Order: sequence, then C-alpha cells, then structure tokens
Amino acid sequence: MNKKFFIPIGPYHPLQEEPELFKLYCEGEIVKDIKWETGYNHRGIEKLAESKTYDQVFFLVERICGICSTSHPFAFANAVEEICRIEITDRTRYIRSIIGELERIHSHLLWLGLAGHFLGYNTVFMWAWKYREPILDLFEMITGNRNSYAMFKVGGVRRDIEESKIPVILKAMSDIKKKLTLLTGAVMDDPVIHARTKGVGVLTKQDVIDYGAVGPTARASGLAIDIRKDDPYAAYPLVNWKVITSNTGDVFAKTEVRLMEMFESVSIIEQCLEKIKKEKEGDISIKVKEMPEGMGTGRAEAPRGEVFHCVFSDGSNSPVRHKIRAPSYVNIATFKKSCIGQSISDATITLAAVDPCYCCTERLAAAYDAGTGLKIHNARELIEMSVSKTTLLRKQQG
Amino acid sequence: MAVYLFYFLVFPGLLFAAVTGGFLSWFDRKITARVQFRKGPPLLQPFYDFFKLLLVKETILPKQGSPVVFLMAPVFAVFGATMAGVFILLPLFNITTGFRGDLLVIFYLLTIPSFSYVLGAVASGNPLASVGASREMKLILSYELTFFLVIAGIIVKASQNFDLYSIIQLQKDGAPFLGSISGILLFIAGIFCIQAKLGLVPFDMAEAETELSEGSFIEYSGPPYALIKLTKYIMLLILPCFLVALLMKGFNLRGINILWAFLKVAGVVLLLTLIRNTNPRIKIRQAISFFMIWMNLIAIAAIVLAFFGL
Repeated sequence: MNKKFFIPIGPYHPLQEEPELFKLYCEGEIVKDIKWETGYNHRGIEKLAESKTYDQVFFLVERICGICSTSHPFAFANAVEEICRIEITDRTRYIRSIIGELERIHSHLLWLGLAGHFLGYNTVFMWAWKYREPILDLFEMITGNRNSYAMFKVGGVRRDIEESKIPVILKAMSDIKKKLTLLTGAVMDDPVIHARTKGVGVLTKQDVIDYGAVGPTARASGLAIDIRKDDPYAAYPLVNWKVITSNTGDVFAKTEVRLMEMFESVSIIEQCLEKIKKEKEGDISIKVKEMPEGMGTGRAEAPRGEVFHCVFSDGSNSPVRHKIRAPSYVNIATFKKSCIGQSISDATITLAAVDPCYCCTERLAAAYDAGTGLKIHNARELIEMSVSKTTLLRKQQG
Repeated sequence: MAVYLFYFLVFPGLLFAAVTGGFLSWFDRKITARVQFRKGPPLLQPFYDFFKLLLVKETILPKQGSPVVFLMAPVFAVFGATMAGVFILLPLFNITTGFRGDLLVIFYLLTIPSFSYVLGAVASGNPLASVGASREMKLILSYELTFFLVIAGIIVKASQNFDLYSIIQLQKDGAPFLGSISGILLFIAGIFCIQAKLGLVPFDMAEAETELSEGSFIEYSGPPYALIKLTKYIMLLILPCFLVALLMKGFNLRGINILWAFLKVAGVVLLLTLIRNTNPRIKIRQAISFFMIWMNLIAIAAIVLAFFGL
C-alpha cells in the first residue's frame, strides 16, 4: 500500500472543531489504514493542578472540556471526598445529579446537531441546537453561567436550587421532552439517515471489551457499562433509571442510545426535583476541616463515558499528583477497528460518532529535539519515569 | 453579429442570468435559513460574496499541479453555463434563432460546468480535491443517462420536435406536459437530475464540506472562485428555467403573466431547497444506484407512457 498518499482529516478541518490529525490511507474511496496524531492541544493541566489549591483545581478541571464541564469537577470532587472520607448531604447529591444530567442532555443534543451537520443535514443541526438553548438558560438560572458553571466544591455545591426555581425547571423538562420526542421521530424514522448510518462503523461487543471503550460507544454495542450504576455516586442510587443499550454497534445505534439517554436524564432530573423538596433548604455543603494524606480516586459518567481522576495528597493545601483520564482517550482507539474497510464518507461519520473530545484527551505531548529530529522521550522511558515517580511518592507517604 | 454578442453578454446571457441567479441564490439561502430558525442573509448578500471574492481576495495558486488548467477551468465553467443559458432562455423569451435541434446542444453545454469542476480539481493537485473530482465524475456518469432519458421523453411527447421553441409552442397551444402521468414522472426524474447537477444536498458529495472540506473547490480562492460562484448562480437560474420550458409551458410575458412565470421558476427552486434541507448527504455508491436503477426506471416508464400518449 502506498503509505505516502493519505486523506488528511485535520489539523484544520470542518469535521472536527478541535485540532487533531487523522490520516486516512485510502485505496480509491476505501480506507485501508488509519493513523492519528494529537498533541495540538496539550495544556499541561495535570502539572498545573499541582500548583493550585484544592478549591482552585475545581476551576481548572472545569476548563479541561468546554462541553462536559461538570463531569471533570464531579470526578475530582469524588476523588477528594474519598481522601477526606466525608459524606455529602442528600441535598448536595440531588443538586449534583441534576447538574450532571442537565449537562448530559445539552451535550447529547450538541452531538446530535453536529452529527447532522457532518451528514450534511444542517436542518437537524440547527433544530437540535435551538432545543439545546433552554437547557443553557436553565444553567444560567441555577448557576449564573451558561457554561463552566463553577458549581462544585469539596464537600458540597456552591449554589442551592431554591424552592422557587423547581417549577421553572420542571416546566422546562416537560417542554424539552416534547421536543426530544419530535427530534427522535425525525431522526429515527428518516430512511435516508438509516441508509447513511446503519451498518456503518460497527463495533462488536468483543471489540468494545478489547479496546476498553466506555460510555455510549460501549453501550451501543450491547455492553451495559455506566459508572452511575457500576460505582454509584451522588444521587444516582437514590432514583429509578435504567442503562440504555443497543446491540448493533453502528452509528445508528450510537445515535439511538444517546437519544434514549436524554429521556432517562429528564426522568432523573424530575425525580431529583421531587425528592429535593423534602431536604432542608441551604443544606448544601460540609465544612472540610483538614486534608489528610492519602490517595483518592473519583469516577463520573460524563456524556462521553467514564471520567477518571486520581489525586495524591500529602496533607498540604494542594495535590501532589493529579492524574486525569478522559473517556475519549479510550474511545479514539476504537477507530482502528471501526474505520478500516469503510469508505471515506462512512469513516468521517464514524470518527464523529464516538463524540471525541481531544482537549480532554491530551494529557501529554511527545517532545522532539528540533536539531536532531529525535524524540526526546520514548514510551518505555515515559513508563519508567512514571514508575519511578510513583515509587517516590509512595516512599514520601510511607 | 452584434446582436449575438448582446445575447451572450447582456440579455439573456451573462449579465441577466447572473443577476437573476444571484437573487434566486438569495431566495434559496433565505428559505434555508427560515427552515432552520435562522434570520438569513440580506437581499444583496450573493453579490457581496461575489464581489468580495472578485475584487478583494487574493488568488493563491497551489504549489503542485497545473496553474493554467487550474485557472482556465472556472472560465470554461462560466462560458458553458452562459452558452447553455442563452440557448435555454432565448426560446423562453419568445425569441427564435431558427436553430433546429438545440435540445441536444443544451444537453452537452450543461455538462461543461461539471466537467470544468473536475478539471480544476484534478489540476489543483490536492488529495481532497482528487477525491472530490472522482466523486463528481461518478456522479456525472450516473445522472447524465437519466437526464438524457428525460429529454428523450420530452421529445417523444413533443412529437419528435428537437428544438425548445417548438416544444414551448406545442405546450402553449395544448396543455403543459406536466399535466399527464408521463409528465409527472419526467418532472420527478428531472428535478433530481437538477439537484445533482447543482451539487446540492443530498448530492453534494463532491464538495462534502465535513468530509473533504469543499472537495473539488478546496484550492480555489479569489477571482477564480468568484467565477465558480457565478457559474453556480447562473446554473441555479437556467436549470429550473429549462425544466419550466420542458414541462410547464414556459413563460407568457404579457401583463400579470410575468408574475406567474416568476412564480414557476421560484417554485422549482423552492422544491430544490426543500429537498436539500430535509435530507442528509448520501454516499456516492447510493447516488449511483439511485440514478442508475430508480431514476432510469422512472424515466423509461415515462417514455413508454408518453409513447402511448398518456
């Protein structure tokens, strides 16, 4: 195969709004091999986190991803609260879950619109984003911001959802349900959308297990993994909901899973709002007296899948080490399975179907020596560095 | 001689077709915007776009590839579209050149813009453009046969007349061809051919913004791209006009009927706009089977029906 000729998707390409490079090695229209290069977006967040206090890190991790800007604080809060061994109040749990689910709705609507745009169906793009607006307005009402809500802190949330706001949110939920039904009908019953998405980019259940994919990407292949059920946190064990799965594993199944998940999210929010009325108003945070030494892991189900945060504390004001793994990191690897053998048209929508987020993913950039062109660190050296640093930390903590 | 130059450059050629086509392009964009809950562009936006590209933007030539062919392709495209426009619009405005058999000339001239796009894309030496060019080529191969069958159907219906003027006159004396079953079938096949010729969704796979980032046109900038835009404006006028002439008894340019003529063209454009706003882009293989099997079947059925006078 001629390795020199490839169809570049990126670094600047209308398909993906973030910089990244996919090289599709093609024969005719058929993709024979795929390689990707990331690293355009690395911001050194993990290192930065070590120089901030725990309260400041929340604002930092919120800015890892502009779309799922609650999932990272969510996971970080879970991690820090594990170190401190504190139990948050029930009202906090409900508020956190409401924010998390509102975010899921807005993120899935955003993806649906973008997927429509990628298929050249701009009407779906505009409609989905129009219906996303009321959700952002709700965010503004609850938190003061349409995005990057700054809602979380160690041991609680920053703002309460007052009694007066509950009917407004409920009204918005019943409105969005109607619109979601309309959109679901428009997308699921369109024969041309079926022709474009069914049987495209198929991932079998075994592929998903092999590549360790998470979130809707895994659930669309019939693997019912969801951190909200598997490792319950916040209010998710307190309300009734089910994990949505589909069996075919193609782009259509991923769309279906996301659409159905939005209905589940609406139901979770409605239940949380019912239950929140019984809790005492203003009981939204626990005072954290001191930070013990130790390690804490926190997981949260972001709209794209599992977000994992691992925090080491030495008892000081800021974390010693903060490790982040975003869902796209594992989901992007599945392209190797799902894109090869497809045509370019199918490969592009398959790339978009896992809802990749590159700025979440990029935790490390490989450095090249400008003079010699050699890589300064190779993979083995990096692993050795990581192992030695972990050993050092363990030694320090005894 | 001077009158032919006038036909070509001013009316109904370049100037008239480009200006009217620009307004139709605005109409298309405005309807699209309203369907998508957007406000839409101001009336003169297509002309702002054109003059910005023509006068303000610089031309960047690709390093690899053939600059001469790359720059000539848009000129060919404008020329082909304008020539086709003259042949289509003259009979519509009741001017006969006495040229018998212009239907076939129009058929050939209408393919020139598409072939120019292919030529320009291949000359640019860009891998995305080459994929776009190959898709455009496959698309041309699939819809041209259908388009030819549609024209053949019209010729059968017009009792073996090969010139557009007599086809319009026949409809004016009798009923419009659209009023019969075969006419409706020809209209359906024809409208999809036009959609593909204009490169609108669902047949925009040669440009495919989100796959190939404008595909065939990716390397074009400045005045050459302005000419491509101009070609698109002209095509957006003349193709619906062609359909109106073939099936909807052309224009009647007396009194209030001018409005009716305008509405016919706008109606066809509206139909094209609605098709493009209610469908995703299909794959090239699907487009080929769509035209090669289904549209050809419809066109052949129409010809058979027309042969029996239905």
